Amino acid sequence: MIYDIAVIGCGVIGAAAAFELSRYRVSLLILEKENDIAMGATRANSAIIHAGYDPKPGTLMAELNVKGNAMAEQLCKDLSVPFSRVGSLVLAFSESEMDTVRELYRRGTENGVPGIRILTADEVFAMEPEVSREVKGALYAPTAGIINPWDYAIAFAETAVVNGAEVKRNAKVTGIDRLGDRYLLHTSAGDFEARYVINAAGTGSEAIHNMVSEKSFTMMPNRGEYYLLDKCEGSRANHVLFQCPNQDGKGVLISPTVGGNLIVGPNAVGTNEPDRPKNTASGMAFVREKAAKTMPSLTYRNSIRNFSGIRANTDQDEFQIGIAAENFIDLAGIKSPGLSSAPAIALKAVELLKECGFTAEVRSDAVTTRKKIRFRALDEDGRRAVIRENPLYGRIICRCETVTEGEIVDAIHSPVPPCSVDGIKRRAGTGMGRCQGGFCGPRVVEILRRELGIGALDILQDGEGSFILKSETKTEVDG
Amino acid sequence: MKELVCIVCPRGCRLKVDEENGYAVTGNTCPRGAEYGRNEIYSPTRVLTSTVRISGALYPRCPVKTDKAVPKALLLEIMRVLNSVSLASPVKAGTVVLENVDGNGANVIVTKDL
Amino acid sequence: MYDLIIIGGGPAGLAAANSAWENGLRKILIVERDREPGGILNQCIHNGFGLHRFKEELTGPEYAGRFISMVGNTGVEIMTDTMVLEINKEHEVHVISAAEGYRVLKAKSIVLAMGCRERTRGAIAIPGDRPAGVFTAGSAQRYLNMEGYMVGKRVIILGSGDIGLIMARRMTLEGARVLACVEVMPYSGGLMRNIVQCLQDWNIPLYLSHTITDIRAENGRVSHVTVMRVDESRNPVPGTEMEFDCDTVLLSVGLIPENELTRSAGIEMDPRTNGAVVYENMETSAPGIFACGNVVHVHDLVDYVSAESERAGAAAAKYVLDNPCDDPFISVRAGSDIGYTVPMKIRVNRVDKAADVFFRVRRVFRSSVIEVSANGETLFTFKRDHMAPGEMEHILLPRKVLDAAAGKDITVSAREAE
Repeated sequence: MIYDIAVIGCGVIGAAAAFELSRYRVSLLILEKENDIAMGATRANSAIIHAGYDPKPGTLMAELNVKGNAMAEQLCKDLSVPFSRVGSLVLAFSESEMDTVRELYRRGTENGVPGIRILTADEVFAMEPEVSREVKGALYAPTAGIINPWDYAIAFAETAVVNGAEVKRNAKVTGIDRLGDRYLLHTSAGDFEARYVINAAGTGSEAIHNMVSEKSFTMMPNRGEYYLLDKCEGSRANHVLFQCPNQDGKGVLISPTVGGNLIVGPNAVGTNEPDRPKNTASGMAFVREKAAKTMPSLTYRNSIRNFSGIRANTDQDEFQIGIAAENFIDLAGIKSPGLSSAPAIALKAVELLKECGFTAEVRSDAVTTRKKIRFRALDEDGRRAVIRENPLYGRIICRCETVTEGEIVDAIHSPVPPCSVDGIKRRAGTGMGRCQGGFCGPRVVEILRRELGIGALDILQDGEGSFILKSETKTEVDG
Repeated sequence: MKELVCIVCPRGCRLKVDEENGYAVTGNTCPRGAEYGRNEIYSPTRVLTSTVRISGALYPRCPVKTDKAVPKALLLEIMRVLNSVSLASPVKAGTVVLENVDGNGANVIVTKDL
Repeated sequence: MYDLIIIGGGPAGLAAANSAWENGLRKILIVERDREPGGILNQCIHNGFGLHRFKEELTGPEYAGRFISMVGNTGVEIMTDTMVLEINKEHEVHVISAAEGYRVLKAKSIVLAMGCRERTRGAIAIPGDRPAGVFTAGSAQRYLNMEGYMVGKRVIILGSGDIGLIMARRMTLEGARVLACVEVMPYSGGLMRNIVQCLQDWNIPLYLSHTITDIRAENGRVSHVTVMRVDESRNPVPGTEMEFDCDTVLLSVGLIPENELTRSAGIEMDPRTNGAVVYENMETSAPGIFACGNVVHVHDLVDYVSAESERAGAAAAKYVLDNPCDDPFISVRAGSDIGYTVPMKIRVNRVDKAADVFFRVRRVFRSSVIEVSANGETLFTFKRDHMAPGEMEHILLPRKVLDAAAGKDITVSAREAE
């Protein structure tokens, strides 16, 4: 079979592009090198939908960020993705940082960011009682939001699949040949042919680009480490609290999450191991030190997890979006604000495909919404109703996050079904809480076994090879 | 002379046991410590707790124990024998699943109604 | 309308139920989230439980079994596979289950007996990769003892708490190689008996004043661990690295009372115990809501959990059957070298002969004195031969001592004997 379009990479960018393209009458293939989607930069980041005052005016980053931000609210509503426009503050701790705030205000105005204004210190203290009294003022951007980034990507991909797209996992692209009017993609899961190709391979996007074109940018991935604090700390910040950006990026932020936790981080360290997000003692110490400047009262007594994310940074000060070769679109080097820009990048991809001559009919029957039951988000009547519909919504499996067996079974049978305990976590939210899966892990393993009809020893924690259990006891028979 | 820490109470007395002198114990502060020290060097014993397979129960393993302490040296041997035991639910706590596992009258018994 | 709803069917909930029944309550409900009562004891298949309570050594399931059958002989109702989502000061309990759906139950009194949970890797920020193969000791124990699976073959244990030590022996007996038990403090957090029988019996080294400084992965699973010695401030000492080739890390790094329901009901909490502030009868700041067992403070012996919970159950009965009154109270303060006390408040009028006071010391003591004072004046002293942070201490404060405090707060402190 020859696909009309192949998307390489199923992070939030590839998934958003696939979602947008699945509105057309096309055959669509998504290739993902990992055993699940949303496993790269999408998997671990600050989970922020930036307002768009940060990128330099006139850049694609500025345009797509502001546009992506504006699209996020309706998309999240349609696709049942947790999102909240909490607004953000860029805090200034000195007069010279106030100059930076004023510069960001100018940029924001030029970029068309709605509603931004400069706050006095007193206004900041009124909005954020726990911030340092050293704060001199801030830039307030009411459109900044917080989101569940996994679910954003998964919602896009699931909806694309409902519209007929195919997702191939464990399919790492190892080479690309031009065969007449189409591309032959060699992958670890076999060869595939497609007329158009979209490169959304994250940290791998330079390698993919170089398979069809001259090298035009250099991937320089970096790693950022975070703390996630328990929900009892979630109300310490009401907005996304940034410090003034510096040469290392947007600096250490403190923010509530859509799950009700508090996220603190990241640092930024170059890495030559983009598939190895790890935590380091020095990185975590850096985050603590910087965060203390924003909020001296912050403690890590209620930390429930550290994690580390990889960003697809490049040597360029701009997203690498464009036509890399005939009928071959790069959505490459998508660093921050990539998550914020994702849906606008997807529209851009369609535009570029059209420039390449792509024509297809828009389907009148395309699905653009997704329904998802989130038990903990329901009120009492809603809870009664879903349990009546399916008693499995009445059995709590993850007690910390109030996730029911019904939601886990839904996830297992979803359009892009997970194959691991963490895959369930990304879809249903199990194990996200303070016990980190200590209690629900064995129950989730049991449900996966039952629903998939596989052995417990075959169940993965996360990526390939991450087996949870080693053997069964009482198997060595005497003799 | 062997040295060991007494575990009879939380004080943790440092005992010395003289094997050449009738297992005489010094360093203890109570008679129970002396008895512990002597036994621990002369013939250390432990209660073994483990599980065996069970079918038809809420869980696939049933907890068991030896109903008295058995020689420490036999623990791994008894573990191997437990691999061959398979119960069917229902079982009652106290049910004997293996008799005389130490040659000295210790039985392996179920410790939970399952 | 129930007389009493008990949240949690582990050792605390079972003992509270039994005692409330014995003290005259008849409409008692235990709500248990698991599929059977007994709580964590069901996976603690080792022996050593019940020496105080039953004067014999029982395994966890046997100890639980005794209380389950005691409760079975009463009219106490047990709802399993049922989760409490919310409670409030009006004594409404929101529960859900697959079998019965969403219900709001009402009670004249409530006992909180939700127990505790384990601290995780996230709570202690261990650097390194984030692969499969890092488990809390309790999760590994459940897989091993109840589900019948080994979580690994070459194991490092971080923390020398009792669960970690017990798991060192269990994993060894089941054929794993336990390479080391690593403890950041200069002393073990577990009982000496477990050090001897779980580590020394099996030649498992215990590294005190050491910690894990790096976890590395190969192919998604733990492959190597770096252990380093730490200085007095618990910072790793460069040059002391030891590398272990292993597939599993078990964490036994502390327990935290599980009080989300308590907090959301607006009940006053104690930051030292992470549990509710309680009076001498285990009543919380919300009248008619009591708490007992590990949800109040982490115990080392289940025997003490049972005793404390029986007091809570009896007090709930008294609350329902007698008219509750608002007696004045004195506070119990943790003085020098005392981490916390339970209770934190005593209503002297309510104390019959003596009040039970539990506490933990902050360091190891040999021959020592526990002093109870009010207004700087010593009211009573207790002698101890040995005290350690890992071992919960208990004193019985006679009513006459409480009366002698004459309404003033009392302070419990520890010092070396002269």
